[in-house]
Amino acid sequence: MPKKLTIDGKEITARDDATIIQAAHESGIAIPHYCYHPKLSIAGNCRMCLVELEGRPKLEIACNTPVADNMVVLTDSPKVVEGRRGVLEFLLINHPLDCPICDQAGECGLQDYYMQYGLYHSRFQEEKVHGRKVVDFGPDVVFDSERCILCTRCVRFCKEISKTNELGLFERGDTAQIATFPGKQLDNPYAGNTVDVCPVGALTSKDFRFKIRVWFLTETRSVCPGCARGCNINIHHHNGHVYRLKPRQNDAVNETWICDEGRFGYKTINDNRVLYPHIQQDGRLQQASWPAALEHAIEALQAHAGTAVGIVVAPQGTNEDSYLLARLASEVLRASHVVLYPGVPGYEDDFLIRADKNPNTRGAQDMGLPAPATAAQLAAMAQAIDQGTIKVVYAIGVNLAEAFGAETVARWSTQLDYLIVQTSNTVPGCEQAHVLLPSATYAERDGTFTNFQGYLQRLNAAFAPRGEAWPAWQIYTRLAQGLGQDWTYASAEGVLHDIAAAVPTYAGLSYAKIGDLGYSVTQES
Amino acid sequence: MQPLTFWQKLYIPEILRGMVVTTRHFVTNVLGRRHTVTQQYPEEPTYVSERYRGRHRLMRKEDGSPRCTSCMLCATSCPALCIHIQAGEHPDPTVEKFPISFTIDELRCVFCGLCVEACPCDAIRMDTGVFALAAYKRENFLYPRNLLLGDDEPVNIAEGKAPAH
Repeated sequence: MPKKLTIDGKEITARDDATIIQAAHESGIAIPHYCYHPKLSIAGNCRMCLVELEGRPKLEIACNTPVADNMVVLTDSPKVVEGRRGVLEFLLINHPLDCPICDQAGECGLQDYYMQYGLYHSRFQEEKVHGRKVVDFGPDVVFDSERCILCTRCVRFCKEISKTNELGLFERGDTAQIATFPGKQLDNPYAGNTVDVCPVGALTSKDFRFKIRVWFLTETRSVCPGCARGCNINIHHHNGHVYRLKPRQNDAVNETWICDEGRFGYKTINDNRVLYPHIQQDGRLQQASWPAALEHAIEALQAHAGTAVGIVVAPQGTNEDSYLLARLASEVLRASHVVLYPGVPGYEDDFLIRADKNPNTRGAQDMGLPAPATAAQLAAMAQAIDQGTIKVVYAIGVNLAEAFGAETVARWSTQLDYLIVQTSNTVPGCEQAHVLLPSATYAERDGTFTNFQGYLQRLNAAFAPRGEAWPAWQIYTRLAQGLGQDWTYASAEGVLHDIAAAVPTYAGLSYAKIGDLGYSVTQES
Repeated sequence: MQPLTFWQKLYIPEILRGMVVTTRHFVTNVLGRRHTVTQQYPEEPTYVSERYRGRHRLMRKEDGSPRCTSCMLCATSCPALCIHIQAGEHPDPTVEKFPISFTIDELRCVFCGLCVEACPCDAIRMDTGVFALAAYKRENFLYPRNLLLGDDEPVNIAEGKAPAH
């Protein structure tokens, strides 16, 4: 039975088992809080979410009071504001107020609510209790006990979500502190989330510490390309440089979490990039212009189209890329071998991390690319190259040395008429290329990924591609144009428009319809 | 325009009157009877007000290390985006962070003084009185930490010959 109650004069209907804070948040009323987290158990220790309930003499905490019929809740009455101010004053008693050198400044719960409810002059005359500073909790997490308000979100995360129990709350009173259990390190695959859930600057990320102040950062909604899960993320970037990834809530995919491997996956956007087209000249790759590089590639493809073109592609590309590549391979090049190389399967668990380390294996197949290649299929392709039936290889985002073996790839530069390598990062084997085409990373382009569950999710371009990199769909379009097709795609959205017309399970989709939280393409089938 | 009087129309007397004024100034200045307002810059240093916003300098703590905590408030307030700070982990856990590099691009700087206002530690000041920055290379206007702290002298006019025109 849904419950009807009134919050701040607004009549709302709440789930039977909801608490006041959940009911309020679901209907768009913000209640300040520190220890409450929608995906963690209720602790009720920060007392920040105090609200006034009509007919009750004292303020109650909204996070642990279940809703009831005809309840009248006031979240902003003078009594509540006074109460919150008192709570904040207690929380800040031993807080060092080192905001200028604290990494959390700018996104700190204490700062935000102080500006909203505090604004008092400190009455505290005594010496503040000094705690432990810069405590090494694990590979990425640093702890500062002076800044900690003991909300225990991180402790609950390790207990309930990662289920690894590294953290505990020790001692009492003003010596109470969060710490790792003796001999333990906060090194679980999801440890970085403790930094995200920390509402203050107590837990900071070693990787992000001091790199940049958070107010310089711009957020762009995207999807993690680290595995087939496709966790929703925000890319935090400044001046074309990515500083960190933060998980974005999507209850159907990753709730509010992300694994550490995905979290630190942004480094490929900044480092080891191929930024300009290169052509093999005088025994080494030399920087060239796009028209020159495309001309070389088109010439080679044209000479061998129909018989002797092999394409090997990693399922790292978006649906838009995969769709155009599938069409390029079948309609234009009529390639004899098209191989989807999924890479080496990695670590997997029963929470978020998937063994398939590609973001779009499912989407690539939906778009008409073949199923992930077996070792036998790869060997068959290598053999076809040895026998001379494949004369041109177009490798897209593939670690060739890993897929075929470094020795085999080393032979290709003489065996093949032409090796076209398209990649956004330098990978082993790309130095063998006759022409090297730079493609944009996922942060620099629009597009969609379909995760293993069939959730179609959007990437948004955070900034223009660095150097002269192009998004892959643009490269395919220009190649097709050079090979005599009348493709006129001007944006990734334009390609999706065609996908929506051509692929039944994606029928009628547009970027607007996919939205920020994705769209399940399995619903229709 | 006012019409000229008969006396003025005669021309020569007025010219002579003007020459008398000029000659009087010439004679008094040459004989040094009156203080001239002309400053012999750059031979003689000019007067710079205490409040004058000149080239920046970084202050030190008592132990000699930079006062700067690399909080980036100066870089945040800078309207010309000319302050570039790279923060690093300080060996002393109570200090948190310090500037590994602190560079001011004096060519971009508009000398507004907002960085000085913003600094919570009085780590940056513009009281050097230096206003005549000159160098032959643009890179020499990038003032790194050691120059701002006064450890080294800036490379400027003293360096090399004038480029051939």
